[in-house]
Amino acid sequence: MKHLPLPVFSLFVIALPLILSNNYYLMALNIAALNVVIVIGLNLLMGYAGQISLGHAAFFGLGAYLSAILTTTCGFPVWPTIPAAMAITAVVAYLIGIPTLKLEGHYLVMATLGFNVIVYIVMIQLSAVTGGPSGFAGIPRLQIGGFAFDSDLKIYYLFWAVAILVLILSLNLIHSRAGRAMAALSHNEIAARCTGIDTETYKVKIFVISAALASLAGSLYAHYISFISPGSFSIFFSLQAVTMVLVGGMGSVWGSLFGAILLSLLPEVLHSVKEYNVLVYGFILMAVLMFFPRGLFPAGRSFCIAMIRKKT
Amino acid sequence: MISPADPHMDTAVLEAKNITVRFEGLEALSRLSFAISPRRIVSIIGPNGAGKTTLLNAITGVYPIHAGEILFQGKSISGLKPFQIAALGITRSFQQAQLFMNMTVLENVMVGMHSRTTSGFFKGMLRLPSERKEERIISAQSRDILDEFGLISKAADMAGHISILDQRRLEIARAMAARPKILLLDEPAAGLTIREMEAMADLILGLREKGQTIILVEHNMRLVMAISDHLIVLHHGVKIGEGRPEDIQKNRQVIEAYLGKKV
Amino acid sequence: MPQLVKLFQFTLSGLTTGSTYALIAIGFSIIHNATGIVNFAQGEFVMLGGMFMITFYGYLKLPMAAAFVLSVFAVAIIGLLLEKTALRPSRSQEVLNLVMITVGASIFIKGLSMAVWGKSAMTLAPFSGEDPILILGAAIMPQSIWIFGITLAVVAALSAFFVKTRTGKAMRAVAASRRSAMLAGIPVNRMIALSFFLSGALGAVAGIILTPVTTISYDAGIMLGLKGFSAAILGGYGSMIGAVAGGLLLGVLESLGAGLVSSEYKDVLAFLILLIVLFFKPGGIFGKGASRRV
Ligand SMILES: Nc1ncnc2c1ncn2[C@@H]1O[C@H](COP(=O)(O)OP(=O)(O)OP(=O)(O)O)[C@@H](O)[C@H]1O
Ligand SMILES: [Mg+2]
Repeated sequence: MKHLPLPVFSLFVIALPLILSNNYYLMALNIAALNVVIVIGLNLLMGYAGQISLGHAAFFGLGAYLSAILTTTCGFPVWPTIPAAMAITAVVAYLIGIPTLKLEGHYLVMATLGFNVIVYIVMIQLSAVTGGPSGFAGIPRLQIGGFAFDSDLKIYYLFWAVAILVLILSLNLIHSRAGRAMAALSHNEIAARCTGIDTETYKVKIFVISAALASLAGSLYAHYISFISPGSFSIFFSLQAVTMVLVGGMGSVWGSLFGAILLSLLPEVLHSVKEYNVLVYGFILMAVLMFFPRGLFPAGRSFCIAMIRKKT
Repeated sequence: MISPADPHMDTAVLEAKNITVRFEGLEALSRLSFAISPRRIVSIIGPNGAGKTTLLNAITGVYPIHAGEILFQGKSISGLKPFQIAALGITRSFQQAQLFMNMTVLENVMVGMHSRTTSGFFKGMLRLPSERKEERIISAQSRDILDEFGLISKAADMAGHISILDQRRLEIARAMAARPKILLLDEPAAGLTIREMEAMADLILGLREKGQTIILVEHNMRLVMAISDHLIVLHHGVKIGEGRPEDIQKNRQVIEAYLGKKV
Repeated sequence: MPQLVKLFQFTLSGLTTGSTYALIAIGFSIIHNATGIVNFAQGEFVMLGGMFMITFYGYLKLPMAAAFVLSVFAVAIIGLLLEKTALRPSRSQEVLNLVMITVGASIFIKGLSMAVWGKSAMTLAPFSGEDPILILGAAIMPQSIWIFGITLAVVAALSAFFVKTRTGKAMRAVAASRRSAMLAGIPVNRMIALSFFLSGALGAVAGIILTPVTTISYDAGIMLGLKGFSAAILGGYGSMIGAVAGGLLLGVLESLGAGLVSSEYKDVLAFLILLIVLFFKPGGIFGKGASRRV
């Protein structure tokens, strides 16, 4: 019973393209997979370290731009570049996390927000390297040996394999010693410390891991779309990622999956909403926080369980 | 581990030398000195606000000490962080139970084994064989501990859903899971009924039987007098008496400061 | 010699923007003191102040003083609404939850403003002409003088309010300890609402006096809020003198950085300062030590 959702979900993911006829939805689903990676990573930070980052778009962007620059400008091969970009992003996150994670939660919120703004400005201003506001084009596509990921369908299977891998690793993590330590420190920091948990180091590690995951998604994004521009990495995307976590419920890995997919596909379904994206996100964020502080997904699940109990 | 030939056997495991803790003008502990012998139950008593909890917080590194020194097995632990002190072998319960309410009873005890185990993020994510073996071992050991503390039937319950007595027990079980050299208990019997208090007393005595060194903060004089080997009396952050329970009961100053009013 | 004049010029213009940062920073402090939260919508109050002034003064052609008062009042009411309709009814009163609600409110307000005022930047004429006044060889715009004067007046009025009036004292009592204030019979909830009202008003004033210098657009709030927050951190979070000092210092540093190093990275500088201060002195340069008590 406990292990059922994973194979069921994986089968569903494998079968979905067979039902879908429209390539347009495939592309939206591919982006959703990357959002899943970012949001699960961010949820480890929010749900388990009790810290909020409004700078994940910057880490996402770092991954994308590092991948673009290292492969296109410097001519490095694609696959080794992706972990290299993750490593660089991780170091940057470490440097930000060390001072701010010792302080109260909202300092990290501001510091990461500020960091996001810096990265965004640098992307625009450092046009010799980044291509400036008009973006960076001609990023090489993904391929393994002779096999090129040249269609949305091939990318679909690759990205969702990555997303499901991240899902599995995160589920493993939260049921391990480190995961219990994280849950302990998010619930009661003093008790966690007196139980022998080095809470400060743990928080920094989670922050670094979640930044590295965002970087991974960024690299994949760059090599998929093959064109990137600063607009995708503004703080609005950071806010979207946080909203996805909150909708899915802090501390629920499955919830993050749900939140990321739902909010990634929502604008595709409601075309007219696109113009008022900002308004809609602001509203969802506020409403969820006010009425479902534990998340929409957990609330919905409790509701369903209650309904089923009632019937039987 | 502790064997009869242990040279530390009767020298102090924990020693405080003139420690002082201040809060904005208030001196919560003033030049306090004492030594704790192993395998004893040493109780800290004193009226409300005497500084008992502050002392436990100072020992565990939760509050910094402004002067003096605390020695654990002959080495200074002043300035170490709480997690380091816990890893060295000093664990505790809290005056208000501080369980991890978002976890099951079993998981709470497993967290207690944190400093005895090593698997990190990497092993946890990949479920490496060594990690799975460690998980199996600590889960089995945690069950043993729960059994010993009479909580095994509630292993899968959420920590927030068990009775107050069970929560107190669980907190001690979690602290014991680290196999501490010294166990600190902050008012483990507060709010319990007479019966529950007796159960708690048996539990604490049982731990001592097995050689556990215990520092106990407790208000209930009957409990303290019945189970302690040694008493330290605090008043306004100052030690005003120390000795065996029967001696303390005769001490005038102590009676005036505390016993006379309280009992 | 011209080099020195240049420095003086940069300092003057830095003090001008710095004054508005100071006002924003005070807004952050007032809400923080009353509730313990960071209000991310503070920057939107500034943007709204500018927008309302443009609407009342630029379009509806109301007399300047009336437009000024009306704009300040309108934003103050929006601040009040934020507290009454979003924060107060929230099911979880955890600090981080409330902070994120203000983040949501901030983008909500931004989205609404885009719908109302459109996407392009809006301008507002300076309050009294554009002929620069020369002081020691440096040119100062009349608007800068307005900015200094109004900021000074607002800070003086606020100080008097907090020290002299019953309500001001009550607000300080709430900041010192909510519990004791409640026990002393102070209507704590009213004081919290008032802090949002005041912060809205302060943000609006900052926006109104700044807009003639910089223009304003629907998305300017986040940046201004971040600057104000950086200023507050710089000076020591929660203190009024710290907020003013931090604001002025940030304005000057930024202006010197833009003038002497590179104007493209002007905004980067503000956040580098924020990160560096958080790194080395999280209590602020004028504050005391650590900010967390265990
Ligand atoms: N974090 C703190 N900040 C400021 N003062 C504190 C703090 N912790 C304790 N105190 C003060 O230190 C003194 C000693 O408190 P402590 O909690 O150690 O007393 P106690 O002996 O445990 O009392 P009780 O029997 O009520 O638990 C009290 O005056 C208390 O108000
Ligand atoms: Mg106590």
